[in-house]
Amino acid sequence: MSDLDNILNSFETKFSQIKNKDDLQNLKSEFFGKNGSISLQFKRMGSLNVEERKIFAKKLNGIKDKLTSQIDKKFKDFENQAINKKLKDEKVDITLPIRSIQSGKIHPVSQVIDEISSIFSEIGFSVAEGPDVESEYNNFTALNTPEDHPARDMHDTFYLDKDKKTLLRTHTSPVQIRTMLNGKPPFKIIVPGRTYRCDSDQTHAPMFHQLEGLHIDKDITMAHLKGCLNYFIREFFEVKKIKMRFRPSHFPFTEPSAEVDIGYKIKNGKIVIGEGDKWLEILGCGMVHPNVLKNTKVDPNKFQGFAFGMGIDRLAMLKYGINDLRAFFETDYRWLNHFGFDPLDVPTNYRGLSR
Amino acid sequence: MILTLSWLRNHLNTKANINEIIAKLTNIGLEVEGVKEGSGNMSEFKIAKILKTEKHPNADKLKLCDVNIGGSSIVKVVCGADNARNGLITVYAPPGAIIPKSKMKLKVAKIRGVESRGMLCSESELNLSDESAGIIELKNINSKIGKSFFKSSGEKIVDLSITPNRPDCLGIRGIARDLAAAGVGKLIELKKNKIKQKTNQKIKVSITKEKNQGCHAFGSCLITGVKNQDSPKWLKDKITSLGLKPISAIVDITNYVMFDLNRPLHAYDADKINEEIIVRNSKKGESFTALDDKNYILQKNMCVIADKSGVLGLGGIIGGTRSGTELKTKNILLESAYFDPSSIRKTSKELNIDTDAKYRFERGIDPNSMLDGLKTATELILKICGGEASKFSISGKKVFKSKNIDLNVVKFKNTIGFSIADGETKKILNSLGFKTQSGKKILKVQVPTWRPDINQEIDLIEELIRIKGFDKIALIEPEKKRNKDTLNFQQKLFHLGQRCVSNRGYYEAVTWSFTDEKIDNLVYDDKNSISILNPISNELNVLRRSIFSNLLFYLKKNQDRGFQDIALFEVGPVFFGKKPGEQQIVIGAVKSGQLYKRSWSEKTRNVDIFDVKTDVIKTLNEIGINEEDLYVSAKTKNCYHPGRSGSINLKSENGPLLAQFGEIHPSIVSKLDYKEKNIYGFEIFLKNIPEPNKKLRILKENFNYSDFQISERDFAFVIDKTYQVGKLNKIIKNLDINIKTVNIFDVFQGGNLPIDKKSIAINVLLQANDKTLSDNDLNQISEKIIKEVENKTGGNIRS
Repeated sequence: MSDLDNILNSFETKFSQIKNKDDLQNLKSEFFGKNGSISLQFKRMGSLNVEERKIFAKKLNGIKDKLTSQIDKKFKDFENQAINKKLKDEKVDITLPIRSIQSGKIHPVSQVIDEISSIFSEIGFSVAEGPDVESEYNNFTALNTPEDHPARDMHDTFYLDKDKKTLLRTHTSPVQIRTMLNGKPPFKIIVPGRTYRCDSDQTHAPMFHQLEGLHIDKDITMAHLKGCLNYFIREFFEVKKIKMRFRPSHFPFTEPSAEVDIGYKIKNGKIVIGEGDKWLEILGCGMVHPNVLKNTKVDPNKFQGFAFGMGIDRLAMLKYGINDLRAFFETDYRWLNHFGFDPLDVPTNYRGLSR
Repeated sequence: MILTLSWLRNHLNTKANINEIIAKLTNIGLEVEGVKEGSGNMSEFKIAKILKTEKHPNADKLKLCDVNIGGSSIVKVVCGADNARNGLITVYAPPGAIIPKSKMKLKVAKIRGVESRGMLCSESELNLSDESAGIIELKNINSKIGKSFFKSSGEKIVDLSITPNRPDCLGIRGIARDLAAAGVGKLIELKKNKIKQKTNQKIKVSITKEKNQGCHAFGSCLITGVKNQDSPKWLKDKITSLGLKPISAIVDITNYVMFDLNRPLHAYDADKINEEIIVRNSKKGESFTALDDKNYILQKNMCVIADKSGVLGLGGIIGGTRSGTELKTKNILLESAYFDPSSIRKTSKELNIDTDAKYRFERGIDPNSMLDGLKTATELILKICGGEASKFSISGKKVFKSKNIDLNVVKFKNTIGFSIADGETKKILNSLGFKTQSGKKILKVQVPTWRPDINQEIDLIEELIRIKGFDKIALIEPEKKRNKDTLNFQQKLFHLGQRCVSNRGYYEAVTWSFTDEKIDNLVYDDKNSISILNPISNELNVLRRSIFSNLLFYLKKNQDRGFQDIALFEVGPVFFGKKPGEQQIVIGAVKSGQLYKRSWSEKTRNVDIFDVKTDVIKTLNEIGINEEDLYVSAKTKNCYHPGRSGSINLKSENGPLLAQFGEIHPSIVSKLDYKEKNIYGFEIFLKNIPEPNKKLRILKENFNYSDFQISERDFAFVIDKTYQVGKLNKIIKNLDINIKTVNIFDVFQGGNLPIDKKSIAINVLLQANDKTLSDNDLNQISEKIIKEVENKTGGNIRS
């Protein structure tokens, strides 16, 4: 047997006894290290003649390649074994609950105000606001509702002083007065806000939210009013078509005045807006009364336009199937959780108002 | 206002059925609130005859009656009435019927052990009168046994909600006129029967001339020798259909005319009038007992109808018992007057009286309807009660002039959006009772005196489109164009702040703007609360001065519901005065309890001040203020724990106050008796957030970065316990341009440290933009840091 055969035999014997990565490393050094048996054979080559060298080199290289690939393969095996063991050991119970991250909620009234603002923003309305405490003049008189007018009975007013000169606004309409007194036409505003009436039962709360709209320009007619409201209701309820009905009514600050009904039906216990043969009153509107324009120093011979008002809470109830108005203001954590909105769910026109 | 088809047909010649009429009423602005099946359910009440009565075996006062309810049907009914006797014809209510007075539904029931199928009714039980002594006795109608007692059964009663501008539609005739104008039929002319009137009205009537006289005219008729009695059935039916109780023919007739013609009348027992009628202003302290049996003490200057002895009644509001008519009344004085709406309104408000007459006068009665009212009522009284009528007399103003308005015909189109033909304009107006006269472009319009609501051109345009139909108005789609920002800066802050706080785990609440004074005073810590004159309740009696007043209340309510670890916030107004504008928008938030309770992955811990500090600072950052511009100090106010709270001002101690935060003061927590007492809160004052003059994208610095090596150095110092380490960040950062970040990563007290000291650890990242910092550079910077911190804190580096 040649040295090479001996080396080969000895390798095979030792290789078969390898137990771990360290053994393998040692074996590799024993044969391929600086003074390893294979390395020594290569050093020997210089002493051979050309012919012998040729044959020897071929054989030695053959052995070297064989052994190296055996060792490399074994290394890979050990690595795989190690990874498999690691994977096996590291298995978690993936069904454990997630970490508790408390996410907040947006109140339905706020969400609906954002939806409304987004809709009216598209057609050029700006959001205006006014104080909750108002003068009797702005809340009533300037709105063509003089002191002894029976229409004042329709509003159960909270007063702050004995003379009844300051009050909690009973509607958002005084912001019409403030806006027109402080600016020059054209006016194109919506006013969402808190309003107050001292009336409290199942369907009335002493505080609620109204949305006022005002559009004054040179040639605004009732046809524009109809178009504007039709657009709004369609967009708000996210339906392609709605049934809408204008009914004559009376508000001191508009003439002609109308109440607007929308068609609906009840399907599987839920309200469906836009179809059906039932009518639901959702807002009041009309052409701004010339007396109101005069009171706000706007010339009724040059400017005219419409105003409307609607209950925001009621819109929210209709759209999101909320039955009880009082619950809006009771701050029941469970209710807020149920009807509230994710803060990232910001109503936009391009993404759709609601999810 | 109540309407029945049969009554309407007294004034309107129409073939339309009730449903068509209801639809039309809605279309012309007379809103139908509801439709009741008139006496529909009342048809169950049958005329019946008691065949036999015997004593109830178990009760002395009850009788057991065999009652024939038509044909051969006989039922057994237990009855307690004394007048229940053999052969009596009365009214029977079967099981299932609802008794009008008690609203009780009858059931087959055992009364003292004996079954009773139904009930025999008294007038009181059927709301026909107050007579409750016995059951109804009907005479000579044997043939009608088994028939319904109420004739108008099944007629629909339409309940109209008449807007305050339309007093004319508080009478059936006015409604008929509107319907006729809208094409539903033809208005029937009022009958012009002659009444025999020979004598003059003998009782003197005078209206005193004084300031604020609320009566402009007083029409009257003296009817002598009447025999007052129960109203005939047709009249009773009309009165009950109004939801009123029939009283006597005279009273029922005045009520009937009021609802028929919208003409309130009043009937006096003429024999009870002391000499004459004087319409005058009251003197302070005068009093009288009104027909509602209440005694009213009058202020001065209320319009009263009086005689020589004193006040008889309040003109146009309510009569008095002293001169009231009774069944035995022989001579009556009928009043048909005109009272000033604002005088009526003022008086009735002060005395808190609401009557059908007052409701009409304050809205405006046709002043020229005095004679029509007298005539219709007199005719009915003579017919039902007999007697002799005097001539009508009118004291005061006799004729009330009509208003005239010019209608520019193009104005309709300019307002409504389409044109209406001249012919149609005139037709509509004429059918509503307006007189018209054509001119060039202008239509001269005379307004009927029953329409106090029509004062100017726009009111006529409204009449035209109302009758023409709102459905004729076209619909112009709005243009999608925006010339102005939708939201201003404060509104954007509101919106952004709301979303930011919510995103940090708070649930948004919307609570009343008013609150309980006790909590408000507790939270605001002074007693100058802003009270509401007429609060909805004693617990909601002031405007809130702090955003916490309600939030803390509702936090407690939720704790009581079993939710201790929660976070609530609200964005809304708080008030600092009673004048308009004395308010500001505040973001307020409260958080209570513990975090990570029962968590498999985190350690449970109490919510603490640094949770709310984090929330408030992050929110301020997100709404646009850089962290470096936030000046945090321990300044605080009374609603917070003095040692665990702070303020955030803009840039410096004296900068605008942006926010406050901290633990809610333990004394508040104790007074409100919370289950979970660990409560924190913060407030952000939006009005103090400055509006940047440039957009954020413009304010942003250029993007610079360095690829040179970053080095880190940690320092530990022992310093005074009271030193506020938050200041060190800025101090260290300002020392050298190459100091990139400073982070306090440990604070430690106790152990071996002296009691008045604490140990802090600071990590500093160092990097230059133009080179790798050498050891020498780094050491120099470290030296600077140590020296400066020791200098500023009076502490020492830990070795």
